[in-house]
Amino acid sequence: MDFLRPASWEEALAAKAEHPTAVPIAGGTDVMVEINFDHRRPEYLLDLNRIGDLEEWEVGAESVRLGASVPYTKIMENLRGELPGLALASHTVASPQIRNRGGVGGNLGTASPAGDAHPALLAAGAEVEVESVRGSRLIPIDEFYTGVKRNALAADELIRAVRIKKADGPQQYSKVGTRNAMVIAVCAFGLALHPETRTVRTGIGSAAPTPVRAKVAEEFLNAALEEGGFWDNGKIITPSVAKQFADLCAGACNPIDDVRGTASYRRHAVGVMARRTLTWTWESYRGTAARTEGVA
Amino acid sequence: MPSNGAPIGTPTKVTQGSKTKGGIGESTLRPDGTLKVTGEFAYSSDMWHEDMLWGQILRSTVAHAEIVSIDTSEAIAMPGVYAVMTYDDLPTDVRNYGLEIQDTPVLAHGKVRHHGEPVAIVAADHPETARRAAAKIKVDYRELPVITDEASATAPDAILIHEGRDDHHVGHVPHPNIVHRQPIVRGNVEEAAKKADFVVTGEYTFGMQDQAFLGPESGLAVPEEDGGVHLYVATQWLHSDLRQIAPVLGLPESKVRMTLSGVGGAFGGREDLSMQIHACLLALRTGKPVKIVYNRFESFFGHVHRHPAKLHYEHGATKDGRLTHLKCRIVLDGGAYASASPAVVGNASSLSVGPYVVDDVDIEAIALYTNNPPCGAMRGFGAVQACFAYEAQMDKLADAVGMDRVEFRQLNAMEQGTIMPTGQPVDSPAPVAELLRRVKAMPMPPEQQWLSAGEEADVRQLPGGLSNTTHGEGVVRGVGYAVGIKNVGFSEGFDDYSTARVRMEVIAGEPVATVHTAMAEVGQGGVTVHAQIARTELGVAQVTIRPADTQVGSAGSTSASRQTYVTGGAVKNSCELVREKVLEIGRRRFGSYHPAWATAELLLEGGKVVTDGGEVLADLVDVLEDEAVEVEAEWRHRPTEAFDLRTGQGFGHVQYSFAAHRAVVEVDTELGLVKVIELACAQDVGKALNPLSVIGQIQGGTTQGLGVAVMEEIIVDPKTAKVKNPSFTDYLIPTILDTPTIPVEVLELADDHAPYGLRGIGEAPTLSSTPAVLAAIRDATGLELNRTPVRPEHLTGT
Amino acid sequence: MRVSFTVNGRPQEADDVWEGESLLYVLRERLGLPGSKNACEQGECGSCTVRLDGVPVCSCLVAAGQVEGREVVTVEGLADFAKQRAERGGCASGACGTSLQDAQGWAAQGQDSQTGEGAELSPVQQAFIDAGAVQCGFCTPGLLVAADEMLERNPNPSDADIREALSGNLCRCTGYETIMDAVRLAAARQGEVV
Repeated sequence: MDFLRPASWEEALAAKAEHPTAVPIAGGTDVMVEINFDHRRPEYLLDLNRIGDLEEWEVGAESVRLGASVPYTKIMENLRGELPGLALASHTVASPQIRNRGGVGGNLGTASPAGDAHPALLAAGAEVEVESVRGSRLIPIDEFYTGVKRNALAADELIRAVRIKKADGPQQYSKVGTRNAMVIAVCAFGLALHPETRTVRTGIGSAAPTPVRAKVAEEFLNAALEEGGFWDNGKIITPSVAKQFADLCAGACNPIDDVRGTASYRRHAVGVMARRTLTWTWESYRGTAARTEGVA
Repeated sequence: MPSNGAPIGTPTKVTQGSKTKGGIGESTLRPDGTLKVTGEFAYSSDMWHEDMLWGQILRSTVAHAEIVSIDTSEAIAMPGVYAVMTYDDLPTDVRNYGLEIQDTPVLAHGKVRHHGEPVAIVAADHPETARRAAAKIKVDYRELPVITDEASATAPDAILIHEGRDDHHVGHVPHPNIVHRQPIVRGNVEEAAKKADFVVTGEYTFGMQDQAFLGPESGLAVPEEDGGVHLYVATQWLHSDLRQIAPVLGLPESKVRMTLSGVGGAFGGREDLSMQIHACLLALRTGKPVKIVYNRFESFFGHVHRHPAKLHYEHGATKDGRLTHLKCRIVLDGGAYASASPAVVGNASSLSVGPYVVDDVDIEAIALYTNNPPCGAMRGFGAVQACFAYEAQMDKLADAVGMDRVEFRQLNAMEQGTIMPTGQPVDSPAPVAELLRRVKAMPMPPEQQWLSAGEEADVRQLPGGLSNTTHGEGVVRGVGYAVGIKNVGFSEGFDDYSTARVRMEVIAGEPVATVHTAMAEVGQGGVTVHAQIARTELGVAQVTIRPADTQVGSAGSTSASRQTYVTGGAVKNSCELVREKVLEIGRRRFGSYHPAWATAELLLEGGKVVTDGGEVLADLVDVLEDEAVEVEAEWRHRPTEAFDLRTGQGFGHVQYSFAAHRAVVEVDTELGLVKVIELACAQDVGKALNPLSVIGQIQGGTTQGLGVAVMEEIIVDPKTAKVKNPSFTDYLIPTILDTPTIPVEVLELADDHAPYGLRGIGEAPTLSSTPAVLAAIRDATGLELNRTPVRPEHLTGT
Repeated sequence: MRVSFTVNGRPQEADDVWEGESLLYVLRERLGLPGSKNACEQGECGSCTVRLDGVPVCSCLVAAGQVEGREVVTVEGLADFAKQRAERGGCASGACGTSLQDAQGWAAQGQDSQTGEGAELSPVQQAFIDAGAVQCGFCTPGLLVAADEMLERNPNPSDADIREALSGNLCRCTGYETIMDAVRLAAARQGEVV
């Protein structure tokens, strides 16, 4: 095993080009577990900790450019307003120690369906900024996840940042685990209202081979909201609409049975979370904030 | 110099405050506390030696297979590898070990019987080298069908897990794949059942729990010049280890020296050997110190677990709420090797009635041999599984009769004088009804704190916690009660004793006691209590606790809630013998000065010899001068006897321990997520030698019971018998956010048979915690919930 | 490879480090600092918690090569770390964390004995002993580092704050109640001093 310590982004890209099998390591919260448990012996470890740019973020007019290694703790502390869904998701990540090290770049790089950030990114709308010595490109989040623990990165590419749309409406995030803290998702759900475009976006985690959006459910809800004039009249969403939305979200799942939960429970739970997060965000949109907000 | 200038050995009045401080009954602080908070306390995994090697174990990747061949040639050829050993390299004909039945191969011989069984061992100069070498060992397995449950184990054509058994249980078991069977028959259950107005039955399932101690199995074996070996290790019982290790090494026990290293928790998981023999073998083979440290993955294969169980219960009750009879059958899965299974069967059967009066019973408990992971000792030891079932039954019975669930229990509660189903009378206080009364009377936690807190509320107080799954939707509160009975100490005729060496001498002008035992301090605070006992009995301020090793006689195991009773008893006994000797010296030296030396009851208090009337006769410093008094003596509790193999009758247990819990939970009924709000406990401890430690034991045991109620389970694939979740990512234990406040009420009703009247305390709180939580979840959801742990899919019907 | 970094204020160097080694391994097996514990090596238990440039992290998940040139504080250095923080005014306002500059400006003083007797303890260490929060003690070092850092950020934590801050530290012995007591005690004593 070789340990590569590039001092700059350019050096990192050069190293990755030279050694496409190199495994990038930033927070180490995935890679080191695999090394400690002898599940993985990469030829090269590519340390990204020395590249300060990766831990920075810029808030632009439309979006936030979030460095790949910005720790979850920083997202919770600094970006609640701009990225409320992701801030909530960040707060569900493992433990304080892990949130101090891990970042969204790692979640994207690993591309596990159980990664906590994915549903929030899908719901908010985001592009992944990847780069290699060949150049840089933006991958829409919907095209990023290509299979179980696979993503759209080329072998010589590294994730530099994620460009996430700033919230233009309420966002929520919910995650089911069998413990009240420090737990990997049995399944998770992110929902964002986008009043500017009068659309709703969703993200589902751990209930399909990849993180997915519940597109049929979104289309149904978008139509129902439009039809009923809900965006303008701010009425309570009728239970039947909420229920159908929830059912469609559950239907968007393609889960498996595993040690963390059964497929049918996952489908059920996604439906419940979809209904609840829709209620919370809609109540918030209507200006009558629910009594209990998630803390981020 | 006596303080008042009077002649030595003549009486003076005891002054206020001269009583010995830090004796029993006080919450003195741990002697190892400072080392533990500064990171200097040396745990077994912290051991380090110049020039040491690292040991690595190659474990089977399949659960049941014949080993066709093992090729170690590539491994041994690797640079940095010093030794590779398989079964063929074992030095003597003793190649198996075991607590009671020596059925566990040191290294697999021709066959593996469970996933993760040790097949070969490697010593190398770096753990990574050792891992890579182990990975290069080629093992060719021919897989066999797996036996995973009672049906497959006892089928007429079932493969025998152990061919040619010759242990002392094989003669009375109905099938060679049953380790041990214990029936208990008393009264006439069929006749008694006719009196029942209500009959309640249930099939209960208890999942496989792991001890999940935090300090991984580890130790350092150092070869010695005399051809022996010195092993520094974390264990629960040094002498039991020694008895199993030495014959395999071909060494006399005198050449295997053992010193207890820091133990990072145990809970039963260190009763069996893990890396001990492997490290010694490699050290003797290479002539170098060898360290072995399991990682968490390996730890799940490196120790036995709590037996998963299927329990069939039938109870009857009359209209006025009296229990009429019990029929029950408990099937424990012992896995591939016997470990403590026979004793667990004895406990499960003899305690299957719970702390209730039932005169007519027909009980059977068995433990199976299967290809599942071996199971053995864990805190609660057979009584835990039974408690889960009988407490579910009590709620169902109370409901059937139409009585309050607590009152129903109180009506049927045992008390001092009750005859156990084994025919043994309960001959010390059994305040079962009182414990229930106390937990019920404790103030309830405020209703739904997250509601009343308004804007201040946060999701941390709700089911799902930080995962933000509910803001109150679907949340229902439930309350549940449970009570349990656990035996203390080794039962069924086992010669249960401990040894203590106590020395008293004057050091730097002060009387000092030194206590040396082989008791494994695993965190429970035995070392604290030993110092307290020595202070109380010998009237000294300074007590030195010597590290536990095999240079002193056996202390027995740190298990069965027995150490304060038995090794505490041994320390007390040795102190009393030392005191007698000290007084003899005093009489010899000063007896002529005052008649009280001959006539009065004399005590040692505050560094002085005093009469029971409070008169000081002499300073210990003057009595002892430069003499040292030392006693090493064994002490045993009153004997027990084996249970009759046909009827289960017998004076099997030396003492019982009782605890009751009230659980308050909030359940998100739509998502099936549970938040335990409070787990109140009341326990009778006989005498709290160290109240702070007592509370710590009760709260810790309670939390382990909570864990197996809602999250903890080793999941074994029934098709392959392979463990699916050997990690802390997927074997979940409660975090601080899953653990509620645990108010504790302690009752001190002395057991006159025990030292100071004390009662073993460590295990009882682990029993009733689980059924109390389950009862509370049932209360919230209305579901039957016959298995634990309960998972979200069980609560949502998905 | 060689790794040079600062531990408890002292420059340290480790040679022949295998590239897959964790910071935890280097501390325990190469630098003679086994106080940080190896309970799970997967970031689930927190018993290996150290401060890396002031931030609590699981040292089992930091690759050794990643700490080159950085500052690490372990449980062995906690007493001195807390003492020096107190001497420079500590965090009475509750507004300050430990800046990198502070961490770098900090240097350890020697301990007086191998046995720990007479050792000067930080308030949180003393509180853990006094409250009975130590049983087997294997989780204790990680909890101490995490609790000390929380009290530095938040001198008056609510129970929920304490639970959240320590939710990455598993304890199997205590049921956490005495740990809660210990942290409340340390906070109260800290308040009295200020």
